[in-house]
Amino acid sequence: MKPAPFEYFAPSELPEALELLERYGDEAKVLAGGQSLMPLMNLRLARPKVIVDINRLSNLSFIAVNSSGVLTVGGLTRQREMERSVVVRQQNPLLAAALPMIGHFQIRNRGTLGGSIVHADPAAELPAVSLLLEVEFSLRSKSGVRRVRAQDFFMDYLTTALRPDELLTEVQFPSWSQRDGWAIEEIARRNGDFAIVGVALRIRMDEADMIRNAGIVTFGVGGIPQRVHRAEEGLIGRKPDPQLAAELAKVVAEELKPDSDLHASAEYRKEVGGVLARRALTSALVRARSKEEN
Amino acid sequence: MTLADFVRQELNLTGTHLGCEHGVCGACTILMNGEAVRSCLMLAPQADGAVLNTVEGLGESQELHPLQRAFQDHHALQCGFCTPGFLMTAVAILKENPTPSREEVREAISGNICRCTGYQPIINAILQVSKKSMETEK
Amino acid sequence: MTVGAGMDEINKTSQSYVGTPIKRREDVRFITGRATYVDDIKLPDMLHGAILRSPRAHARIRSIDTSKALAVPGVIKIFTYEDLGDLAVPVPIRMYQLPGLERYLQPLLARKKVRYVGEPLALAVAESRYLAEDALDAIAIEYEDLPAVVDVEEALKNESLVNEEAGTNLAAIHEFLIGDVDRAFRSAEYTRCEDFRVHRFTGNPLETRGFVASFDGGREELTVWGVTKLPHLNRQIIAAFLKLPERKVHFIENDVGGGFGIRGELYPEDFIIPFAAVKLGQPVKWIEDRREHLMAANHSRENRCRLEVAARKDGTLLALRATLYGDMGAYVRTHGGLVPCSTAALLTGPYRVPNYQAKIHLVVTNKMGLGTFRAPGRYESCFYRERMLDLMAGDLGIDPVELRFKNLIRPEEIPYEVGVTRPGSAPTVLDSGNYPSALKRALHEFDYEKLKPLQGRYVEGRYYGTGIACFVKNTGGLEPYEGARIVIGDRNDVAVYLSISMLGQGHETGMAQICADALGVPMDWITVYHGNTDTSPFGWGTFASRGTVMCGSAVHLTAQKLRQRLLRAAGEQMGVDRATLELRGGKIYRINTEAAPVDLNEIVSKVRHLGTLNQGSPELEETGYFHSSQMTYSYGVHLAHVAVDPETGMMEVVKYLVVEDVGRCINPLLVHGQTVGSAVQGIGGTILEELIYDETGQLLTGSLMDYLLPTSTDVPDIDSVILEEAPSPLNPLGVKGAGEGGIVGTGAALANALSHALADCRVQVKSLPLTPDRIRAWIRERSR
Repeated sequence: MKPAPFEYFAPSELPEALELLERYGDEAKVLAGGQSLMPLMNLRLARPKVIVDINRLSNLSFIAVNSSGVLTVGGLTRQREMERSVVVRQQNPLLAAALPMIGHFQIRNRGTLGGSIVHADPAAELPAVSLLLEVEFSLRSKSGVRRVRAQDFFMDYLTTALRPDELLTEVQFPSWSQRDGWAIEEIARRNGDFAIVGVALRIRMDEADMIRNAGIVTFGVGGIPQRVHRAEEGLIGRKPDPQLAAELAKVVAEELKPDSDLHASAEYRKEVGGVLARRALTSALVRARSKEEN
Repeated sequence: MTLADFVRQELNLTGTHLGCEHGVCGACTILMNGEAVRSCLMLAPQADGAVLNTVEGLGESQELHPLQRAFQDHHALQCGFCTPGFLMTAVAILKENPTPSREEVREAISGNICRCTGYQPIINAILQVSKKSMETEK
Repeated sequence: MTVGAGMDEINKTSQSYVGTPIKRREDVRFITGRATYVDDIKLPDMLHGAILRSPRAHARIRSIDTSKALAVPGVIKIFTYEDLGDLAVPVPIRMYQLPGLERYLQPLLARKKVRYVGEPLALAVAESRYLAEDALDAIAIEYEDLPAVVDVEEALKNESLVNEEAGTNLAAIHEFLIGDVDRAFRSAEYTRCEDFRVHRFTGNPLETRGFVASFDGGREELTVWGVTKLPHLNRQIIAAFLKLPERKVHFIENDVGGGFGIRGELYPEDFIIPFAAVKLGQPVKWIEDRREHLMAANHSRENRCRLEVAARKDGTLLALRATLYGDMGAYVRTHGGLVPCSTAALLTGPYRVPNYQAKIHLVVTNKMGLGTFRAPGRYESCFYRERMLDLMAGDLGIDPVELRFKNLIRPEEIPYEVGVTRPGSAPTVLDSGNYPSALKRALHEFDYEKLKPLQGRYVEGRYYGTGIACFVKNTGGLEPYEGARIVIGDRNDVAVYLSISMLGQGHETGMAQICADALGVPMDWITVYHGNTDTSPFGWGTFASRGTVMCGSAVHLTAQKLRQRLLRAAGEQMGVDRATLELRGGKIYRINTEAAPVDLNEIVSKVRHLGTLNQGSPELEETGYFHSSQMTYSYGVHLAHVAVDPETGMMEVVKYLVVEDVGRCINPLLVHGQTVGSAVQGIGGTILEELIYDETGQLLTGSLMDYLLPTSTDVPDIDSVILEEAPSPLNPLGVKGAGEGGIVGTGAALANALSHALADCRVQVKSLPLTPDRIRAWIRERSR
């Protein structure tokens, strides 16, 4: 299982890389962590004529937080570095919790934030979390920078708004309110596998124990991660009672339109999507309330 | 060519093995700048300027590395094909966490596949080394 | 420990190696990365092969155009069926040649038709594997698609024939009858009929197949590396194919990355790679990749069984009737009908079933062919039988443990003749065993009584259940003999040449232990060699856990013969009667004297250099064979404790135990290793692994991302207990094979455990695998 022949470039400066992407466009594939692209190339399912290896663009690997709590992470930042980062843990516990779920540590040693997002596997955690967190992507080409919100970025199965001449250079995470409750739950066949179905959830409560804001994203259940708006609306303005979680499960299950594949049927994904939403809400409420007590 | 093929063919270090060539089995695991990576998912030029460690470099010429000795003590290998990948993974695990619990070891090796041993003796071997390193520090 | 008839008295002195958990000496090269697997072999001018495999499940080949491929720089040659010329032969069937199977043999390269995804069509040879794969991309083939059949029911309709000349997809039928099953059913107080199904999965050793073949045109000698399992037998066939004398064909086994029954059988590649080497006059290497392995290395297990049981109300088994369907794939492989026939052969297990009838249908479909995988047929039949026992226990209101004790064959009934259950074979006779004792021990070790109250209980979101499976496993035998040659050289060098292969089981250590004890020398004097047709005695191979039984016995007997030879030579040299001498720890002692012992090396030296001792022969060696036509039966129990989340179908194996009686344990470290390894393989096979084809015959599980192998977090620590309560009376060591018992009961025990856990949901498992999706579907179904 050897890759088909290709031309290889390893630019050491960003302008060089962008120049190459403009020149080769569709014929080129960007190589970052390689954890998604290389298997496809080895299997000859992907046969790019040109590889633009961006691993020398060390300026694209960084983790920064500003005084307003906005976390900015470079596209080439290794998942493992993010996992080890105290800054990430402090600034965004949901993101920090999602990272260890990605594959195995050897994969995270090479895999990058940008790579996972641009590859956009429907069962991957980072695209789903970025959708839930309403992040903003910086897409850079020779002609300049575009900022695209997560909700406008994921278009279809393995398809994003990224143009062939663009690189995802940074991801901006809005500041996280430490009082928010959150949870991320997934079902995978084995530890580290892609999710068969997953739910990431975030809620904000007020002093009267009422849910003011909610975000729910499902992954592994369709071509792209989905916000489940009807389920979110169902939570807002509610005080958590014993029924709430069960109701949420029902709505999420109804809203999901998953595909069947060899790992699970559509029915399984719908049902279990609902179950995970219920469990996520229960955990998120515990987290939110424990913050209130502080 | 892939880094795995480069190591095996150009550097003649055949201790690193190919079990799947799509990043699942871990048999091709080597250390690059101290981090465990799947060499079948890297291209050879990506290692330019890096320090690579493969199984052949474990231990001194006459002395086995503690992990190698522990693998033998615990019968942590049968056919031996996955062994170099596990050894390099174990080096990386213990570097990050010198005194892991049994569950932590079990989780940390879950990215490497073995068809022969059932993993138990591999976990035992790694724990033996971690315990020893704990003892020498006292 | 009772000594069975025929078992030698072994001197258990403080120096006894047999029975000790000695660390493996062969480990050093593996842990230092200096082992030599076939892909590690590099020869000057070596070329690389890649095989074009059919992307269609069933199609006529209209044309093959290799012109563009040959134009790729670095590509040397593309071989197709035509190039084989009059050498072309089909891959032969070696055993279980049921009448009718011979119609479905595989051509070495596809001719006018392809019949499964992955079928070899052409071999491209180039300067590198990368270039060879580029060549494959450039080969243009025109296909005319035909409808594919992917399950037995469809295939039996005979609407689309896998092989038109054969005229049917029902390749063969085999049936047998023991006792009077009809009468037993007529008079039975209780009967039940169930349809069971086991899925398609296989061994997936971590090293895929591969060969390096090198032909010396001057001497007309062929050398092939990458062989294993049956090197002598395979060499016979390949030499005949190439029309070379056997002695000019050298098969060399180096280090092998696991086999599990898959590797070492003859495949088309075994023929065409050496063929290419002969034609091209340069060494050719072919290494299978994982994608190829999943589609083109032997599949196994897929089987359906309608099982009927007849019994008394008190639970006494009266009869079993089994109607089985084996999904053979498109071509019948070297094992012939073995896999489905073995499913029927030991279906009665360790139980007293006076009447038993089986009818086995072997059906071809458009899939990769079926071959042996660790405990072929036994995993399947254990699942069918043990599930039926639990269902029966539930119906009759009898405790499942009591039901088993009631029906287990008692030690006083053993040897127990089951009857003729294998085609053209002698009756199956369970040679030695104490089945109730093994079950008692297992229940005790597992703390079963403590876990019993948890049966079906819902605790913190999960249902808990414990399941049992009892088994017997045939080991040894199958082929009539194995051999060993032991040679003593200078400086305490003892070489043992085995007729069998080594795939990771540790024979280099185990056999050394046996030899050391029987010969009377320190173990570190001994080096074990295997798998080389030039130096190893002719043998049948490593499979059915027969290595230690057959070859170990051969080593034992040969070492004893050599010991006598040495003592006689020593007697001659020392001027005393050989009967007054003893060889121990490498030294010759005069019995009942205080005289200082003589180093064996002194005697060896004199024999080699004087030429007058040892009847004038300077060679101190012996070759010996152990013959046995009978199988010996290991046996034991599996116990599984599981927790299942009914909302997600996720099942955790919380606790797992295997108790196995191996008759005599040569090296506990190795036997435990085999048991734990095979149990994990079995658990993985039961909950994760499946080879899935879609309705057009495309293999959906084409990579390890979809064919899921168990990792460390999928299994608990396995508890393993080795018993030596019933040595085999059939060989001098008393051993029974180890290595498969750990897998036999996994499907059964887990399915029983899950069924107990989900009793409230009224789920009774009738088919495998136990995936979250299927578990949820069963719960959902039963709740309607």
